[in-house]
This record gives sequence, structure tokens and C-alpha cells, in this order.
Amino acid sequence: MLGEAEDLDVAGGAVISARNLDKYYGDFHALKDVSIDVAEGERVVICGPSGSGKSTLIRCFNALEFHQRGQLTVQGAEVYEGSRDVHRLRQDVGMVFQQFNLFPHLTVLENLMVGPLKVRKLPKHEAEAVARRYLERVHIPEQADKYPRHLSGGQQQRVAIARSLCMECRIILFDEPTSALDPEMINEVLDVMVELAEDGMTMVVVTHEMGFARKVADRMVFMDAGEIVEVAAPEAFFTEPRTERCRAFLQKILQH
Amino acid sequence: MAVTTETGALLPRQPPLAQRITGSTGFAIGLYALVMGMLIYGAYAGAAQMGYNWQWYNIPRYLWTYTEDGFQLGELIVGLGMTFVLSIGSFLLAVAVGLLMALARLSTLVVGKALALALLEFLRNMPLLVLVYLFYYVLGPIFGWDRLTSSILCLGIFHGALLSEIFRAGILSVPKGQWEGAASIGMTEAQAYRYIVLPQSVPLMLPPLTGEAIQLVKSSAIVSVIAVAELTTVGRNLISETYMSFEIWFTVAVIYLVITLLMSFGVTALEARVKHT
Repeated sequence: MLGEAEDLDVAGGAVISARNLDKYYGDFHALKDVSIDVAEGERVVICGPSGSGKSTLIRCFNALEFHQRGQLTVQGAEVYEGSRDVHRLRQDVGMVFQQFNLFPHLTVLENLMVGPLKVRKLPKHEAEAVARRYLERVHIPEQADKYPRHLSGGQQQRVAIARSLCMECRIILFDEPTSALDPEMINEVLDVMVELAEDGMTMVVVTHEMGFARKVADRMVFMDAGEIVEVAAPEAFFTEPRTERCRAFLQKILQH
Repeated sequence: MAVTTETGALLPRQPPLAQRITGSTGFAIGLYALVMGMLIYGAYAGAAQMGYNWQWYNIPRYLWTYTEDGFQLGELIVGLGMTFVLSIGSFLLAVAVGLLMALARLSTLVVGKALALALLEFLRNMPLLVLVYLFYYVLGPIFGWDRLTSSILCLGIFHGALLSEIFRAGILSVPKGQWEGAASIGMTEAQAYRYIVLPQSVPLMLPPLTGEAIQLVKSSAIVSVIAVAELTTVGRNLISETYMSFEIWFTVAVIYLVITLLMSFGVTALEARVKHT
């Protein structure tokens, strides 16, 4: 089914390598024989209808979920249910959620500092320096002392991105980062993501923002019903999708 | 419906007069005073009818005395001290037990879950009085516990079981996304509990926790059945010496009431501060 998409896969130098992953939720077959490689510095955008397994797949990449069959290697270490180094793995693999999942009882600065302080065990002044540096990078240094609930959705999501960056992660996974945002705030988040891409961060992004995908993606992945249906370079993906399912999906979301 | 002033600003409609009166603080205090007055009058009238000989003048020396020997605490206040020791000791134990039981029930360990649930159901469905006897007359001799130790262990473990449900509900009320947020920056489960989940659930737990602490102060009276010299026991002993049952039970009741009301007010103030931050 993948056809010549195999050519686009990267054999050596892959930071994420999934081989024939299967996952079930009870009777529901959420991932069906999914294989994909992500190279260092690569930007992969995954799209597909809801319930197609996109989120499940990237949640497997940082061990928030576990596959049941197949083999998954992230940063050279195998990930499986019960593998010991999931905490170490998650420091290297940041995650940005649809609902931000910021810590409401901590200020923005504390949200950013808690990881460096408690997980990376940096001394306080260093943790604060790290936090301020990345807050600067997502363009909201002036919000440091506010609580997340006093920020707009777009600002909150940028804090969430900074929170991952504060762990000095090597890969960031984005799980529909703009889906919970009001339309006028989507661009400020996408702009930050484009800057990250320009700086060479390895990114796996689940999104329906096709403009963003066109701009930054090295590869497009289309998933449907738990399978990877199509993998292509963005140009080819948008102009001549090979499968009927992908064509139908693109037609639906690109109508306007 | 709203009333418009000359400037055009909207004012909320006034509730009817009757509602304003019954809803006012003054009315509430008045009603409270009336009910209490009737109760006290009833007690006095009843006592008068049976020819009770009131000796209120004898009560102060059981609270404290001030003579040329200096200031001395009376027996009731010394008993109150023991009530404090019992309550504080067993509350600390209850918090530890409750937290452990809650964590065990929320863990993925089947054995931990089953044990915690069995213990909870056992303790929750056993009369406290029977537990007190069990701890003092059965477990006490086996492990060599004295009265006070048996009492603190019994109250602590019993209330710990009840607290575990409060802790569990508080922890479960933190959304799953918070756990995932914590996990996504590499926190272990213990770190997620300590830095992310518990700080958010403690404010939710405070009101029911206070209720339980007050309950504990009150239920500490039950250990008078094994003669731990706390407030209720002292009261009972004084009555058997002096036969002033009315005065002493009234005094004991008021002391409990003052303590529990103070706790209520204290926590209301604390909650306001927690909410503020």
C-alpha cells in the first residue's frame, strides 16, 4: 500500500522508527500494522479524519500509550509497555497537547521551571534562566508571572511549547496544537512552530492546518482507520494524491 | 426584570420585603438566639420542676484556680489537653493512613487495591465503639499498647479509612491531562503527585477534611469507655464525685462547641486564603 513512499523513509539516522505497530483499545483496532521512520531534523505532518489513529500513534512515540505488537525505537532505545526508561525518553521527546495541559496552580514561569528544577535537577537560577530564555523564544516574556488562566489560548499553547523546550528535548510531538484555539490565535502558535522548524527541530505534527503543512513539512502522512494510507512529499501530496481516500479527505478540508 | 434609573443604568430588581427580612443576617441571629433561649429555658424549667440544686459557683474551679499558690489549671482543662493530644495524634496518623490507602486504591497494583478496599469496608462498617474495645482489649495486650496508644491507633486508623475516600475523590478530580502534562516533561508518578496533582487537589479536599477533623475531636470522646483521661472521662468522674451532672455536662458541651467552632472558622479563613492564591 505504501508503494514508492518507502523511498522516502529513512533507514539510517532515524530518531523514531516504528515497525508494524498494532494497537487495540478493547475490540477497537486503533493502529493497524503501522510503520514509519522519522529522521533527525525532519518535519513530518500527519493528517487524517478523526479516529484514524493519528494521536494514538504520536502518543506511542513518547510512551503515553503503548503498542501491543511490532517494534518501536525512539532515540535508539526500544519502547514497550514496562520499559524502564520512559521518563528519560519523555524528557527527550516533548509533547504539545490540544488542550495545552498547563499546570493551573503554577505561574507561567513556574510551569516552565518545574521540569528543569525537579526532573533535570538544575539549580534554581539556571532553571529560571532556561525558562526565561524559552519564554522569550515564544514571544511572551512579559507574561512570566501570570497564571495560565489569565492568558489567551494562543499564549497558553505557546507556553506549552516553551515547557517542552525547557526540557531541552530533541523531538517535539504536536497533537492537534491549534484545534482548541479561536481562529485569530492560530497563527501566533503556527508562527512559533515554523520558527522551531527553521531552527532544525525534529517535529511530528498532527494537524489539519494545511497551509502550515505546505510550508514546513518534509513529508506528509495520511492516516485513515488506523492505517498509514499514503506518505508523500508535500508537493505531490497536495497536487496528486495517489489514493481515493486521501483525495476525498483533502477535498473535504481544502474546500474553502 | 430590571428597573431603570434616571441615568438609564440597570438595577437588579429588589426581592420582596418578606424575603429580604428572612434572608438577613439579623433575622438569622435572632432566630438562633430564640431557639437557644427556648432550649436553655426548657432545661432550667425542667430542672426547677425536679427541684435541681444548681451549683454553677462550683464550676470555675474545675476550669482553673488562681490562689496564693499561683495559677492552676482545673481538671476539665487538663482533660481538654488530653483531648487535644488524642485528636492531634490520631489526626496526623489518620492523614498518613488515609493517604496510603488512597494511593493504594489508585495504584495499578491489584493486591494494593484489594487490601485497601477490604480495610476500608471493614473499618467503615464497624461501630467505632467495637473498634475501641477491639484495639484496647484484644490488640492492646498482644502488642503491649497502653490506653492512650490504643486510642490514638484506633481513632487514627478508623478516621484514616474515612479520609482515604476524601483523598481519593480529590485526586480523581484532577483532570487526566494534568497527569499527561506532568508525564510529558519526564516526571515520574511520584513527582507528578507531589508537584502537580496534590497541590491542585488539596484545596478541594480542605472542606471535607475539616469536617472530618471536627468529627474526630467529637468522636475522641468515645475513648472514655476505656478510661483515657480526656475531657468526657474527666466530666464523668467529676459528676460521680460531685453529682452536679447538669452543670458539668453543660460545661463539657460548651467546651467541645467552642473548640469545633473555632476549627470551622479557622478553616474558612484558610480556604479563603488558598482560593485567593
